[in-house]
Amino acid sequence: MQRKLTTLSRIFQTGAINCIRNISLAVAAMAVMVVTLTIVLFSVITNAAFTNTIAQITDKISVSAYLKDSTTDAQANELVAELKKQSAVNKVTYLNKGQALQAYVKQNERNQTLITAAAQAGNPIPATIQIYPKNLNQINEIKNTLSKLENAKLQTADSPSYNGDRKQAIDTITHATNVLRKIGIISIIVFAIICALIIFNTIQMAIFNRRDEITIMRLLGAKTSYIRGPFVVESAIYGLLSAIISIVIVNSAFLASNSALQASSLGLLDIAYANEYFNTHYLQLLLMQIVLGILIGTVSSVIATRRYLKFKIR
Amino acid sequence: MILLDRVTKTYGKSSVPSLDRVSIHVEPKEFVIVIGQSGAGKTTLLRLLTREERPTSGKIIIGGIDYDKLKDKDIPLLRRKIGVVFQDFKLLPNKNVFENVAFALEIVGISNREIKHTVPKVLEIVNLKGKEKRMPRELSGGERQRVAIARAIVRQPRILIADEPTGNLDPKHAWDVIKVLEKINRFGTTVLLTTHNEEIVNKLKRRVITVHGGKVVSDRANASYKD
Repeated sequence: MQRKLTTLSRIFQTGAINCIRNISLAVAAMAVMVVTLTIVLFSVITNAAFTNTIAQITDKISVSAYLKDSTTDAQANELVAELKKQSAVNKVTYLNKGQALQAYVKQNERNQTLITAAAQAGNPIPATIQIYPKNLNQINEIKNTLSKLENAKLQTADSPSYNGDRKQAIDTITHATNVLRKIGIISIIVFAIICALIIFNTIQMAIFNRRDEITIMRLLGAKTSYIRGPFVVESAIYGLLSAIISIVIVNSAFLASNSALQASSLGLLDIAYANEYFNTHYLQLLLMQIVLGILIGTVSSVIATRRYLKFKIR
Repeated sequence: MILLDRVTKTYGKSSVPSLDRVSIHVEPKEFVIVIGQSGAGKTTLLRLLTREERPTSGKIIIGGIDYDKLKDKDIPLLRRKIGVVFQDFKLLPNKNVFENVAFALEIVGISNREIKHTVPKVLEIVNLKGKEKRMPRELSGGERQRVAIARAIVRQPRILIADEPTGNLDPKHAWDVIKVLEKINRFGTTVLLTTHNEEIVNKLKRRVITVHGGKVVSDRANASYKD
């Protein structure tokens, strides 16, 4: 046991010393790792910002069902309860005629003519049920529930608000958000794969330069794990340091963008939210980068050393 | 201690074997010199003993280990029992003198305390005291070869194989190295030395095995180069 611990501590110690003694290789390997890990980090944050933008849009879109004046509160509440049971529904609010008028007045408080017209007509605003979907794709499900015969009976001749031009706009947004979400996920996967391949090749190059060292260790009777161990530790240290550097770079980029960019968003990319996301998820992102860096470094060095560790006895 | 029985080694599809039915028997504590011109098969012989290569036919037994029964995973264990001094030193470039010698002990799990105690003693034997912190690139050829010897003997192997250890050295340094090998032999280690340095062979007056064209052409005790 004592011997195993001694061997383990030697492997770690040698790996750390090799990092310093092979500083030029370490810098080359780490430069590549930093660039790729930074790209991965940016794509994770960008994806989070897009998801947030989509969520905000989704939050603002609701389907309004207008109820006939003859509908009782009990019938309305029954319909609300039924809607709440739907898996597609996030939130349902019911406004009776009075509340609907108040909301209308509040919405149009700058347009006195409309308010006066509404008052003179003796509250023409129907009681309204506003249904917020969990996901924009699920609006049709909500619409189907509303169009069921017994539910349709309660509603005015005006179909739910999700119709016509608005329907087209919502469909366009739904489509755009779906595409963005897919692009976000695919880009993270693609960048992670590219990152792994580049780092793997860099570490393989570094180990190729030291293949004679491996051969000598073999000739002296060192076991595979004792030869490979320090290389794995060394690569894991590259991964760890690169992860920390990439976080520092992204942090600096956000600090710089705060002062340099006046706009809080670039198109659909909400910079302010991205910044906030980075700050609130700092530790998780750091951990993710460290795990990714160490994992890729470790796996790459294990694979790269394998070919030089085989016994090639002719 | 070392037994080669009708060992033949042929590379690829070549019809001329590098070693042809070579039989050698070396007793424990013997000091044996293998001589022969370049290409005679000396290095092939040593590479077979360190299991860098496998014989095409024949049997090899070293220190009781039958190579026919040796599995790849057990090769490190075999190499730990044999000390090898290579002609091109084969020092680890990223380790200093002390670390290069200590490495041979580290891989067998010797404690740090014991390493700190043993390595300086061995460095003293090879006259490298005070050069512990030097990197291999900062040493002369003779010094590097002595580091290689220190590394080979630090585990006190029962067998030491030295492949032309004086090949790259001037006469003075060459003799320093040979003296170290003699000293080790006196301590009880079997030494197998290959060389084509006539002067060394003549002065040592040990058992000399002559290899020519892959065959053992003579095997004489207390011999000189031209016997």
